[in-house]
Amino acid sequence: MKMDDDAPVIYGLEFQARALTAQTAETDAIRFLVGTQSLKFDNQIHIIDFDDENNMINKSVLLHDAGEIWHISGSPADKAVLTTCYSKTSENRVLTCAAVWRMPPEWESGSHESPDDSSNNPQTLELLCHLDNTAHGSVACVLWEPLGDGKRVISLAENHVLLWDLQESSTKATISSTATLEGKGQLKFTAGKWSPHHNSTQLVTANDTAIRGWDLRSMSQIYCIENAHGQLVRDLDFNPNKQYYLASCGDDCKVKFWDVRHINEPVKCLEEHSHWVWSVRYNHSHDQLLLTGSSDSRVILSNMVSISSEPFGHLVDDDDLSDNEENQQEDKGKEPLQDSIIATYEEHEDSVYAVEWSAADPWLFASLSYDGRLVINRVPRALKYRILL
Amino acid sequence: MSSATTPPDSDPTGRRQVHSMLKLYYGMNEEGKVESLDPCDINGPHFDPEVYLNKLRKECSLGELMDHESCTVKQIRSLDSDMQTLVYENYNKFISATDTIRKMKNDFKKMEDEMDCLSANMAAITEFSAHISGTLQDQHAQITKLSGVHTLLRKLQFLFELPARLNKCLELQAYAQAVSAHRRARCVLQQYSHMPSFRGIQDDCHVIMEQLAQQLRQKFRDGGSSAKDLSECVELLLQLDEPAEELCDKFLSHAQSRLEADLQGLEAELIDSLVTDTGGGLVQKTNPGSNPVSPSSSSTTNPFLSPTAGTDILEFIDRGCNEFVSNLCLVIASYQELFINHPQEGELASKKIPEMANGKLHVFVDTLAARYFSLVERRIQEEKGVGDNSLLVRALDRFHRRLQAISKLLPGSAVPSQGTEIVVRAARERIKQYLSALQTFYHDSLTDVRQALAAPRLSVGGASASGGGATSKDATPSLPELLTSLSNFILNQLKSVLASVHLFTAKDITFSNKPYFKGEFCSQGVREGLVVSFIKFICQSSRQYCESAGDRGGSTPPALLLLLSRLCLDYETSTISYILTLTDEQFLVQHHTPVTPVTALCAEAREAAQKLLNHYVKVQGLIISQMLRKSVETRDWVNTIEPRNVRAVMKRVVEDTTSIDVQVGLLYEEGVRKAHSSDSSKRTFSVYSSSRQQIRYAPSYTPSAPMDTSLLSNIHKLFSERIDIFSPVEFNKVSVLTGIIKISLKTFLECVRLRTFGRYGLQQIQVDCHYLQMYLWRFVSDENLVHFLLDEIVGSAAHRCLDPSPMEQSVIEVICERG
Repeated sequence: MKMDDDAPVIYGLEFQARALTAQTAETDAIRFLVGTQSLKFDNQIHIIDFDDENNMINKSVLLHDAGEIWHISGSPADKAVLTTCYSKTSENRVLTCAAVWRMPPEWESGSHESPDDSSNNPQTLELLCHLDNTAHGSVACVLWEPLGDGKRVISLAENHVLLWDLQESSTKATISSTATLEGKGQLKFTAGKWSPHHNSTQLVTANDTAIRGWDLRSMSQIYCIENAHGQLVRDLDFNPNKQYYLASCGDDCKVKFWDVRHINEPVKCLEEHSHWVWSVRYNHSHDQLLLTGSSDSRVILSNMVSISSEPFGHLVDDDDLSDNEENQQEDKGKEPLQDSIIATYEEHEDSVYAVEWSAADPWLFASLSYDGRLVINRVPRALKYRILL
Repeated sequence: MSSATTPPDSDPTGRRQVHSMLKLYYGMNEEGKVESLDPCDINGPHFDPEVYLNKLRKECSLGELMDHESCTVKQIRSLDSDMQTLVYENYNKFISATDTIRKMKNDFKKMEDEMDCLSANMAAITEFSAHISGTLQDQHAQITKLSGVHTLLRKLQFLFELPARLNKCLELQAYAQAVSAHRRARCVLQQYSHMPSFRGIQDDCHVIMEQLAQQLRQKFRDGGSSAKDLSECVELLLQLDEPAEELCDKFLSHAQSRLEADLQGLEAELIDSLVTDTGGGLVQKTNPGSNPVSPSSSSTTNPFLSPTAGTDILEFIDRGCNEFVSNLCLVIASYQELFINHPQEGELASKKIPEMANGKLHVFVDTLAARYFSLVERRIQEEKGVGDNSLLVRALDRFHRRLQAISKLLPGSAVPSQGTEIVVRAARERIKQYLSALQTFYHDSLTDVRQALAAPRLSVGGASASGGGATSKDATPSLPELLTSLSNFILNQLKSVLASVHLFTAKDITFSNKPYFKGEFCSQGVREGLVVSFIKFICQSSRQYCESAGDRGGSTPPALLLLLSRLCLDYETSTISYILTLTDEQFLVQHHTPVTPVTALCAEAREAAQKLLNHYVKVQGLIISQMLRKSVETRDWVNTIEPRNVRAVMKRVVEDTTSIDVQVGLLYEEGVRKAHSSDSSKRTFSVYSSSRQQIRYAPSYTPSAPMDTSLLSNIHKLFSERIDIFSPVEFNKVSVLTGIIKISLKTFLECVRLRTFGRYGLQQIQVDCHYLQMYLWRFVSDENLVHFLLDEIVGSAAHRCLDPSPMEQSVIEVICERG
């Protein structure tokens, strides 16, 4: 096994793009979905398969002719199902809608047989249902219930939180409950995240500079961090292992870490980007690894050991218990690791609006810049082994 | 005869053997250990003539035998003659010895007779002598007895006369005589006290002596008498077996009561000054309330003292010195005279009085001095006003000087060093006070500056509402003045503080040559504790402005940030080294301990300046960004009308940028900009829009080549440098303005990318960008940067446009020039 790190793999889309997601339900193949933004041409969803062994990308393209895609999200239960938020222009009005789609079953076989043809004759997504929102305004994002059975989604539209139940194989969506953020001025959610903790009963949203927590059972606000950032909050993510910890980023170029039990001060604050930070993502398995993407065209991978669930290296799990004694000796020798920037990735040349970890390989991530460049990178091997061993 | 027999033995021996033969004869045989048993050895004891002859006969030839025989005969002959000589010599000696012995016998007989005669004479003398002493013995005994009686009688007479004599002495106050007389008689009286008559005398004496002691004690207690009297008194009392410890204690307690009075006087003054100090204007109000609590003191003293309330520290210390310290010195001197330095005779010396007395004195002085010191320290602590330092220094000097007297009187005492410590503490405290005073002063001046900045700011608001480029001129000319006045204020204040502190090290101040004031005070105290700390404080508080000013654009006016940044930069370039050189010169700082180097401070100041300037750029950039963002976000770009004007917000942006430019220009140099053509405002722009811009988004109208746009823009980006938006700026106007414009335009770009445009929306953006292009290029270091960002904005808007049909360049120009 060679120790030097593999070069990043770059994939260029023809269109500008903002929407990126890992295929959440797919745990074998490394697969990302990218939604394009074009006002003039039919928009597409690119399915990017990464072949780890050969360091190669296989792509398939599906047509998404409803409009340009602002947000995309894959179902956690059915890897063929996904949601998009797309803008639709009608009667000189631009409205962002949301819909649930199914990928046609043939795309996979087709792409594998003749990858070159797929782009020429793209298949079309099969519409399952609209998350009909005309009453509530433009949708900012759609969130699947984490670890759920793919039957519940939340959409954030203007200042409304809408909780949907998907029925009849997701072909019918009904609103089960709603909450509305009231206040002076024109309030508008910019981002949200459904907490994987607390039995998936909590949601956190961002509007302007505030971060709010919601209880989905009562649909009421449980906490509010006013002025969490100096300017607009752009993205949020929950620590997958520590239920009260979340990260946020925004236009003040900062990434802040919060313990929602003590909301007066952030636990930690990073200021490494030189422009707005648009996206922040915890690694799903090793929550000290944090990925951020910014409109300074950089992606930064940070190692936030001090506030991770493994502040002193790895946890001793069942496999290690057999040779416990050796481990204890090792552990004593280990210094608590320092928070640090692991790497700054400069492969992008335009603003990076989305970063995502792979759902299948915890050491691999993708970032997408506005000019349509998708870059797949890996956590440096040295660090990977340090975390694992 | 025998000689005839011996020759066969000795005959054959050589002359040399004579000696050994004699030895042999006289029984010294054991020494001749090498005696051979050989019978053939002619000199050996076991010589056998037969064997010898046989051997000779056997071994030797006839000639040899003949030779041997003649040799032997020769030897025998010489031995014979030797023998004869010896016999003659011995015979003569024996005869003379016999004569001598006979003569001695006659002499001894004569001596014996004479000895007999002598012993008879001695016996006669002894007899006579015994006779004489026997006759004289009686008379001698009588004489001895008589003389004994005589002395006894004289002693008795002295004893009987003693009470009377003592009384007389008492009357005449001749205490010394009385005491010495009594001392002589004391033992005898003690011894014969079982006899009634002596008992009587002893009792009488006791009474008298008691009386005398009483008188002495009285005299001692009064203390009014002269030192000599007093010392005599003490000595007498000591001789009277008065315990020395008690005397010391009495003396000291007597002195203590007087000194306590002094201390209480001081304390009262202290409390009074406290009341008046803290009371200030409240004296009137508090007095009635406190009256019932301590009616006598406060009600009577306060009204009297309030006019003289400001008993300053010098007066206080003066009083302390004149009353307490001088009295203490007097006490010490007289005490030493009495108990320590006075030569003690006889048994008194053995009691080790000086040691004991000295110990007591030290304890006494220490306790009193401790109280005095605590009072002084309390008073010093009240000296909080930092206006005039000379008073404090003079007071401390006097305090210190007077304590030297004690050190001379009482060499081993810790008191002077404690006093020095107090002075040192006071000096340290003083430095801290000065530091905090400087800090407050700094804050106050900043508040003043802030107000000065805020005041015209209001007028700016009013003026800009009425409209006019004159606003910036009204508002900002004060900036450099404010900077210089602020910087001068601070420097002057610092200098005056240094001057004040310098008093501590003046040559005429006694404590200035103490090691602390020579070394630590200058380096650690003044340089590090005061000057360096203050400079660090300035940097620190400046940095706080960057942090606390918050992300919201902040409560700190940007102009203040700019001003502080310039201040810090000035400090870095000149002021710090000036101040430190000044300090080092004034205080002749010898750096025994490591001190903060100038470079470290400069680096810190520079860092602070950089941080402030970055923050300034950020704040100003955000203000403009906010305007741009609002203007993009709130407009419906799809359904907008055809552009006729440059939007007002763009004019506002240019106006604000201009005023920022003026503001920064007041404090910072122009800076370097890349060379550009003389009429860049027009030419470059026309190039930009007509050629490059056309190429750039012309292809996007043709559906056949959807990839070209991104390809082209990517190619373009490949050759242009990456732009860091919130990046550190340099200390010049151009760099600052570039930073602000970068932030603003990048915001504009990102906001545009989030919107969808109609045809006229795009055209409006075109117009706006052209307008910005016309005015912003002049502010930045590299106009290509502005071109690039504006390109990006227009390009992005075109991408986000539903119906991208751009406006004619000529029309844009007309609109912009009109607006």
